[in-house]
Parts: sequence; structure tokens; C-alpha cells
Amino acid sequence: MNATRIYIFKRFERFWHWAQALLIIVMAVTGFEIHGTYGLLGYETAQEVHTTAAWLLIGLWVFAIFWHFTTGEWRQYIPTADKLMAMVRYYLTGIFTDAPHPFRQTTLRKHNPLQRLAYLFVKLIINPAIWISGLLYLYYSAWPALGLDGLSLAGVAFVHTAAAFLMLVFFVVHVYFATTGHTWTSHIKAMITGYEEVESG
Amino acid sequence: MRTCNVKVPGRLAAFLSALALSLTLGGGLGWAENEVSTADHSKFKELKGPFPTGPDVTRACLQCHTEASKQLHKTKHWTWSVVNPDTGERLGKRNVINNFCGSVVSNEARCTSCHIGYGWKDGTFDFTSEANVDCLVCHDTTGKYRKFPAGAGHPVYQPTEWPAGSGRMMQPPDLAEIAQNVGPTSRRNCGTCHFLGGGGNAIKHGDLDLSMVEPGRYLDVHMSPGRLNFTCSTCHSGDAHAVQGSRYTTKAKDTNGIDIPGRTDGSRASCESCHGLEPHPAAANAKLNEHTDRIACVTCHVPQFARGGYATKMWWDWSTAGRLDENGKPIKVHNSDGLEVYSGMKGDFRWGEHVTPEYRWFDGSVDYTLFGDTVDGGEVVSINKYGGSADDPDSRIWPFKVMRGKQAYDKGLQTLAVVHTFGKDDSAYWRNYDWDKAVDAGMASVGAVYSGELGFVETEMAWPITHMVAPKEDAVTCVECHSRNGRLAGIEGVYMPGRDRTGWLDFLGWTAALLALLAVLAHGAVRYYAHTRRS
Ligand code: HEM
Repeated sequence: MNATRIYIFKRFERFWHWAQALLIIVMAVTGFEIHGTYGLLGYETAQEVHTTAAWLLIGLWVFAIFWHFTTGEWRQYIPTADKLMAMVRYYLTGIFTDAPHPFRQTTLRKHNPLQRLAYLFVKLIINPAIWISGLLYLYYSAWPALGLDGLSLAGVAFVHTAAAFLMLVFFVVHVYFATTGHTWTSHIKAMITGYEEVESG
Repeated sequence: MRTCNVKVPGRLAAFLSALALSLTLGGGLGWAENEVSTADHSKFKELKGPFPTGPDVTRACLQCHTEASKQLHKTKHWTWSVVNPDTGERLGKRNVINNFCGSVVSNEARCTSCHIGYGWKDGTFDFTSEANVDCLVCHDTTGKYRKFPAGAGHPVYQPTEWPAGSGRMMQPPDLAEIAQNVGPTSRRNCGTCHFLGGGGNAIKHGDLDLSMVEPGRYLDVHMSPGRLNFTCSTCHSGDAHAVQGSRYTTKAKDTNGIDIPGRTDGSRASCESCHGLEPHPAAANAKLNEHTDRIACVTCHVPQFARGGYATKMWWDWSTAGRLDENGKPIKVHNSDGLEVYSGMKGDFRWGEHVTPEYRWFDGSVDYTLFGDTVDGGEVVSINKYGGSADDPDSRIWPFKVMRGKQAYDKGLQTLAVVHTFGKDDSAYWRNYDWDKAVDAGMASVGAVYSGELGFVETEMAWPITHMVAPKEDAVTCVECHSRNGRLAGIEGVYMPGRDRTGWLDFLGWTAALLALLAVLAHGAVRYYAHTRRS
């Protein structure tokens, strides 16, 4: 089995990924403390860290969106049915028998069709839900001034918590899939160095 | 180091000279306010005395302060009566029935030892008398003036035994000395009545007791002599002897903000009057200022009441009163802390120290259960029901001491009973321990005829907690309310993060996360197994 290295993740992308990972972990840990699930940092500290992290994350997302559009990278998330079922089959069986990976990563197509769908779901559903509900939550006191009296805090908190759970599920699965590369660690290395090892052929 | 060395003796010297000054001027007590007065009352020939009685002192005062009594006649401190403009209810000490001692009517001579007048011993008291205003109880600076507990507002003029039968004698105060040392009101003056409400120190309010005469900073940041040294009237200000900030007309939310003379009502009897509507500094957590619309300042800043070393009464059950010993004297039982837990005169008591308040929505309105209002004995009666709810933007969450107990009611008339407890006559409860006679006389004093059927009903009375403001480091922390069973567990109508959640969403969310985790672990395990088998 030969491997070649191809450059997949640019510097900004890698920075964005790890910064986002860190922030999401911090936000989940502090968010569920605010939620009353456990006591770790203390409610007030958790709330302060959560709010600070929220602003950093929003800043990061603004940059990321800008980057995706100026570089055209947003196209990476256009869903495709091509090889979709092959990918599902691969994860259900092929991966155990060392069958060849049905998808070939290239700089222009760095995500397999399953990844495309998952990331699109994160970007279009989970992130906006968290972002919008989080901002509303943050500006609760300003609702009357913003003409948002009709909203219910319980409703906003519900959406925010539901999105947080989705994020958590995504996180668990995502971390696992990071180990399903050419080797257990090749995907993770790729996100650090930018270079992915792929089977040559 | 050097600045330090210079500073300390400087401060010390200032302190010592202030001390010396107050010792010489103030006859040993020396409230700091005395030093700013332009009048030395000891130099006035009108005050040379001797004064045989309290009203004689007042007549002397009125020679210069010609309008003082007329001003006082208009105040609640004098009339003990006030009409609630919203409900039309006639309130004030004279009209309400509480669940401590009951009612003033028919017991005047005892209760009016806390009236700012002389001689209110029954329904015939002349409320227009100028000489009967007691100037000294509020303006004495010597600490030696004392009204006789059963003297209808007078001090004793001859050595008199008190409590009756105790062998202890109360000595008549030197009225001339006291008159020559009058000054602005102090914590001690107001405390003479307000710290001793309900029949003794700390009993009634919970946030007002003798520890507030010289409170440490931990107990009350404003009144502690170490720094701000506020007196009661620093906040309960007012012109023409009309003191602001009555419990009968509470402002649940002062949206005036900082009171600027000429622009606002000039009342300083709210936290906002000095601290404004955004009291927390910009560097503090922004959520704090965002809470002021729904949370009263005192909700966080008075974490507990009865913090000064004195327990306050939390439960008073009149229904068990009347147990006498073999000599016919009321039995008294004390607990290991020396607190009276049973008195044959009054019934059973429960006390609390360092009590966490109860929290309720409050919009400033209050509805009393007055004499004549229906009480059928079926449910716990709210003596005073405070209005407010989450839906009303003018309501805020307030802390209360909730006093509970059982008290007499007339089952036939279905009303709280007026009980004649104190008096030298045969019907007074504390003479004969005969409820029927005492209620019969009490009801007669308000023009009602007792049905002859007595019952005891459980009542509760809420007292807003506003004093004993703790240093900021002791304020209630976020998690004390933002948690499952926190201080605000009983507050309805708001979603609070940390307290509230949607149960099924949590169940679904955690189940999904757990299943996801198990799935990837299983997948990984099989992969690992297959991988090692191959190689
Ligand atoms: C734009 C990003 C976000 C913003 C603006 C935001 C804002 C907030 C705010 C304002 C609160 C309420 C606490 C408070 O009053 O300060 C909150 C609670 C919470 N946040 Fe976030 N958040 C964001 C992202 C996240 C993320 C990424 C997660 C988890 C992965 C998360 C999980 C939670 C949870 C579980 C709660 C508790 C909800 C409740 O129990 O009511 N948040 N967030």
C-alpha cells in the first residue's frame, strides 16, 4: 500500500478548524453548566466564559464565511448523490475488510459526500440555530427595545439547548470519523499539517 | 512604607480628636451629627428645667419650634392611620390586625409606649394636642430617655417596678438633661421603637434589631459607623417631619433613578435614589445591571436577615396560650439558646437566625385582611397580600420575612378577632386568661358584638426585607438562584437558565449523545479487531 501526500487544508482553514473546535468544547462545557447539568467553574464564571467564547466564535464565523465566499471554497459543501451510497456501504462493511476507499480526496474535493452532507447540516442548521438563539438569549433584556416582546425565553432556550445537543452528537461522531483515514491518525495530521496521506494509485 | 507611616498616625490623631470632641460635647455618646449644629441647646434658658413631665418639655420646645407639633400631627407616626390610595383601605398601626400582638385597639396603654405622643391610653386621646407630641423619643442623644412600656407613651416620673413583680425598678429620666442634649435622630432613636417591634428586640422585622445601633460592615454597609455611618433618616428623609419610605406605600421599583433635587420626588428611601438604575460598574458582569428590571436590589444584597446575633420570631401560635403554673402565673419555657419558646401569656414561638428570605413577585400594592374581612378558617389567611406577577413589568422579585402563626378569629362573625390583651380590668387576657372575655371586650371596642364562638386560624404576614445590606462580596451569587432548587425555586412565570429546562429534550439529547458514543465505540472496536486480525 503506497501513500502519497496531497495538500488539502490551507492555513486559514486549519486555524479556523482548531479554534472552532476549542471554542465549541468550551461552549459546550460552560453551556451545560449554565443549563444546570453540573457545577464546574461556578455559574457566574461559566456564564462569563460562555459569553466571551460566543463573541470569539461569532467573530471566527464571520471570517470563515468571508473566506469561503472569496475563495470559492463554499462549493465544497454542495451536496452530491454521487458515491453517497458507496460511502455508506464502505463505513458499514468495507472499512472492516480494508476495501478500497470509494472516494478519492483532492484539493478540489476534500470532503466525501457524507461529509459534505454532515457539514452542510452543521453550517445551515445547527450553527444558525445556535447563533441566532444564542444572540437572542444574550440580548434578552433588550427584547422590548428591539420590539421582540412576543418571544419567549423558554422557547429561545429550548432551541439553543436542542441545537447544543445536536452539536454534541455531531462532535462525538465527528471526532470518531477523524480516525477513519488512511491510518488512524492521518486525518488528524492532515488538519494539523495541511497534508493528507492518500492511497496512491 | 513611608506614606504608610505618615498616614496612620494622621488618621489616628483625627480619630482621637473626634473622639475627644464627641466625649466633651455629646455627654459620652456624641452622635457625630451634633457637631454640625449651629445651636447648643444646653445654652437655652427655656431648657433649664426642671420638667415634671414629658409634655412640659414639649411646651418648652414649641416656644422656638412653633410649627413642629402641627407638622407631626399630619404624619403616620402620630396618627397611626393611613389610607391606601389604591385600595381605599384604612391602614396604619391603629387599624390593622397583625399576627404578632394583634391589634392596638383596646390595648392602647401598652402599645402606645411606641407612639410619638403622651397619653394615648384609650379611644379618647386628643390627637390635636400639641403638648402631647413627644419630641424626646426621637431627638434624645443621651440614650437615657425611655418611655414606660405600659405608660401610654409617658416615661416614668417616679421609680416604678417593671416588669411588674420583677423587683426591678425603672428610674425617672432627667428630662432637663435630656432636653438640653437634643439633636438629629439617630439609629438608636428610631430603634427605640422600630428595633423592638412585636414586643421586644428583633421580634418583628428580622432586618431591624438592636444589632443595627452599631452594626459592623458585614451587617449593614450603609449604617456601619466605620465608614458611611448612615442614620435611618439618611435614607428615610423627608421634609416637615414627614418620613419617607413607609411599608404601607412601598415602591417596588423606583424608576426615577438617582434623585436630583427639583427633578424628582426627593425621596431617598429606595436604593435607586442614590445608586441609580444601573448600579453595577461597567467592569462588572453585564447581566447584573440587566437584572435590575426584574429583581429588587435587596433580593441579592440582603442574603439573609437576623444576621446581627439576635433571632427573630418566625412563628407565633396564640392558640396554645393560657397555661399557668400552680400559683396562677403564666408558664414560660426557654430553649437551650435562652429563647422563649412558650409563654403562657402568648403561646408557642419559633425563632430564626440567619434566615434566608422567601421571595415573591411584588408590584408595590398591598391588600390587607382587616377587621370585618371574611375569614372562614378554611385556609391560611394572608394578613397582607402583596400584589405582583411575572407578567407585570412593574413587578420585581422581592425578599420577605414571612411571619406565620395562629391567631384568634370569631367563627360566628367570620372575621379576625380584636383581642383585649392588656389592661387592668377584669376582661384583659393577661389578667384572667379567659379568651371569651378578652375577645368580647376587644370586639366591643371596635363596635362589634362577639358571636361567642372562638377559633384559631393560621395566618401569614409578609415583611419586605430592605435593611441589613451586606457587603458586595457577601451578595447572593448567581448559582444560588440559577440552580434546580435555589432560592427562587418557587418563583413562577419566568424561565431561568439553570433552574428550568424541558425535561424530555434533555432526555432525548443525552440519549442521542450516548447512543452516538456507543455506536462509534462499537464501530471502532470492530475496526480495531478486524485490523489486528489481518496484520
Ligand atoms: C453564537 C454562539 C453562542 C451564543 C451567543 C450563546 C449564548 C448563550 C447564552 C446567552 C446563554 C444563556 C446564559 C446567559 O444568560 O448568559 C447560553 C446558554 C447555553 N448555551 Fe450557548 N451560546 C452560543 C453557543 C453555544 C454552543 C456552541 C453551545 C454548545 C455546544 C452552547 C450551549 C449552551 C447551553 C447548553 C446553554 C444552556 C441553555 C439553558 O439551559 O437555558 N451555546 N448560550
